[in-house]
Amino acid sequence: MRTISYIEAINEAMREEMQRDENVFVLGEDVGKKGGVFRATDGLYDEFGEDRVLDTPLAESAIAGVAVGAAMYGMKPIAEMQFADFILPAVNQIISEAAKMRYRSNNDWSCPLVVRAPFGGGVHGGLYHSQSVEAIFANQPGLKIVVPSNPADAKGLLKAAIRDPDPVLYFEHKKAYRLLKGEVPNEDYVVPIGKADVKRSGEDLTVITYGLMVDQTLKVAEELQEEQDISVHVLDLRTIYPLDQEAIIEAARKTGKVLLITEDNKEGSIIGEVAAIVAEHCLFDLDAPIKRLAAPDAPSMPYAQSLEKDFMVTPDQIEAAIVELAAF
Amino acid sequence: MLEYIKMPQLGESVTEGTIDRWLVKPGDTVEQYDSIAELTTDKVTADLPSQLSGTIQEILVPEGETVAVGEVVCSIVVAHGEAATPAESPSSSSETTKSVAAAPQSTPKHSADQKKRVSPVVGRLIDEYHLNIDLIEGTGAGGRVTRKDVLREIESGIISSQLTHEEKPTTRDTQVKEAIPEENGDVIIPVSSIRKTIAKRMVDSVTQIPHAWMTIEVDVTELVKLRNAHKKQFKEQEGYNLTYFAFFVKAVAQALKEYPMLNSVWKGDTIVQKKAINMSIAVASDDELFVPVIQNCDQLSIAGIASQIAILAEKGRKKQLNVKDMSGGTFTVNNTGSFGSVHSAGIINAPQAAILQVESIVKRPVIVGDGMFAARDMVNLCLSLDHRILDGMICGKFLARVKELLENMTISSTSVY
Repeated sequence: MRTISYIEAINEAMREEMQRDENVFVLGEDVGKKGGVFRATDGLYDEFGEDRVLDTPLAESAIAGVAVGAAMYGMKPIAEMQFADFILPAVNQIISEAAKMRYRSNNDWSCPLVVRAPFGGGVHGGLYHSQSVEAIFANQPGLKIVVPSNPADAKGLLKAAIRDPDPVLYFEHKKAYRLLKGEVPNEDYVVPIGKADVKRSGEDLTVITYGLMVDQTLKVAEELQEEQDISVHVLDLRTIYPLDQEAIIEAARKTGKVLLITEDNKEGSIIGEVAAIVAEHCLFDLDAPIKRLAAPDAPSMPYAQSLEKDFMVTPDQIEAAIVELAAF
Repeated sequence: MLEYIKMPQLGESVTEGTIDRWLVKPGDTVEQYDSIAELTTDKVTADLPSQLSGTIQEILVPEGETVAVGEVVCSIVVAHGEAATPAESPSSSSETTKSVAAAPQSTPKHSADQKKRVSPVVGRLIDEYHLNIDLIEGTGAGGRVTRKDVLREIESGIISSQLTHEEKPTTRDTQVKEAIPEENGDVIIPVSSIRKTIAKRMVDSVTQIPHAWMTIEVDVTELVKLRNAHKKQFKEQEGYNLTYFAFFVKAVAQALKEYPMLNSVWKGDTIVQKKAINMSIAVASDDELFVPVIQNCDQLSIAGIASQIAILAEKGRKKQLNVKDMSGGTFTVNNTGSFGSVHSAGIINAPQAAILQVESIVKRPVIVGDGMFAARDMVNLCLSLDHRILDGMICGKFLARVKELLENMTISSTSVY
């Protein structure tokens, strides 16, 4: 095992898959010579050349459209959106074409495409470099959406996404890029898509979340265990569409108290669906109302640092919510 | 005034920076925005501008070391009153306000007793394990009984640890402890969860409550006449029996109203005198004992009480009593006379203050008036009391009042409706 950062794990996953399968190629804005604005594709251009690491125009619709076409012809494109905020011009290609390809062609065609997009706030990025857009895609059967919460999952999920025969949206948290470091196996491995993961076992209440909030929750949980003897069970969704219902139900039943966290706006977010699953299946296991912690229903992350802090779900808020639910 | 300079955020996704070289040393005076150190991050090399004007006090991060964004790198003495607000203002006060503001709107106000707010899982467990929620200590907000409280109660031995959640409490526990050697012909009876609950309750009551006892004799000759006068017609009209027990329960309920201390509950540092008079009555099936409750018993007529007794006894025999039927009791009356007993010492139904045993009505020669013998219908009432709550005198007065009420139940003065 080695300790590497989240972004290094993403870089390694692409490099290894490109070495393993010559059909895998990368395309996006500045992904070539520059190695990506976050340096996620660092070194790939030098190793694999301009035919497999394509710099594209500033046209997300084209990036996704080219990728869809290539995927239909048997290639395995990894399309990078420079920021998830800019994925919107590509939505038509992703939802109307990629997601529906296998279905509408009666299984004749498929679209083994990965769209990588850095999302999330807390990086002083303002309105168009901070958004969480995953909910937009989370009711489109045919799509899969994954959000890794640590380096090992980042690598394993990206490899699984690249090898998946259907389109996968891979949302990577840009604040996690260099913040999160962790042990990653040396050998080749994948993290199965569609499976949530218990990141911490506890008895008093269950937190179900994904992305950067997993790390924040784990830190708060550790503190609360020591300081207040509150034992928190943490389930990392990892795949946010389609959801791992079995794991959600099991985690909710374990403690009967459920806190759901997302840094997306509250209404219509992924955790609303998680709440519905818990409500449908776990009524007679619940010991408290299902609680949600999320960003306010305002259009986007403000730029001013003080307001950004106010917008983000902070460890203080997570702690307060856990303490309150534990006391219920 | 001492202030601190922190590692700034130098670009998106940058979470830490390395101090390459300090450009100042302790004692140097700097103006706001002066460069005080050279930094490198994953993305850029930059100068660290001083966020304040003042005199550098102490360098807290040595050259070459990497620290997270927001961590303090040096301290600076700022002229008093000046620049109390740093140029970059992640002020701690705004964070405090924030966490207060973040307190969810749904915060329940715990002014009222939350004990009766039963969550779905607690309701299910109470039902499955035939527990009495009143006897479970609630550690949740406002004294609410939480799932953990119920699980603790279940695991604490009421129900054996072998009994898993999936097993219904009616399932017989097949595990028997091997303490006593078994011989041919011995019958092994598994202890049911209800039997275990009864056992636990009894042990708790006997070990925790200092019991004291008191017995009085009551002449119910007139009451017997009264009941016999109505018995046949009542049964025909109402379809259930007008039992003696209903009269006793009525008299006890009325006396409790006058002596509310006997209608109280022990809570450790307080004694709660209950306003409602909810009468627990013991109902036995073949191998089990239930104590269902006649709610607001004092508001019912004798016929109303008789009806409730009939309904609850029937439910008990059919094992249909639910949590609601069993909860809220404030005093227990036990009809020991129905099995022919003439004297007994009951175990208090905790956390109530006392239990009254109504024994058999028997004809006995009694001296009446001026030294004459008469055959009278006599009954013993045996009271067990919690001596933490009650003393002999008040109980004596209470029993005397019950006696008086019963002896004055006559055909001419008492209506059963």
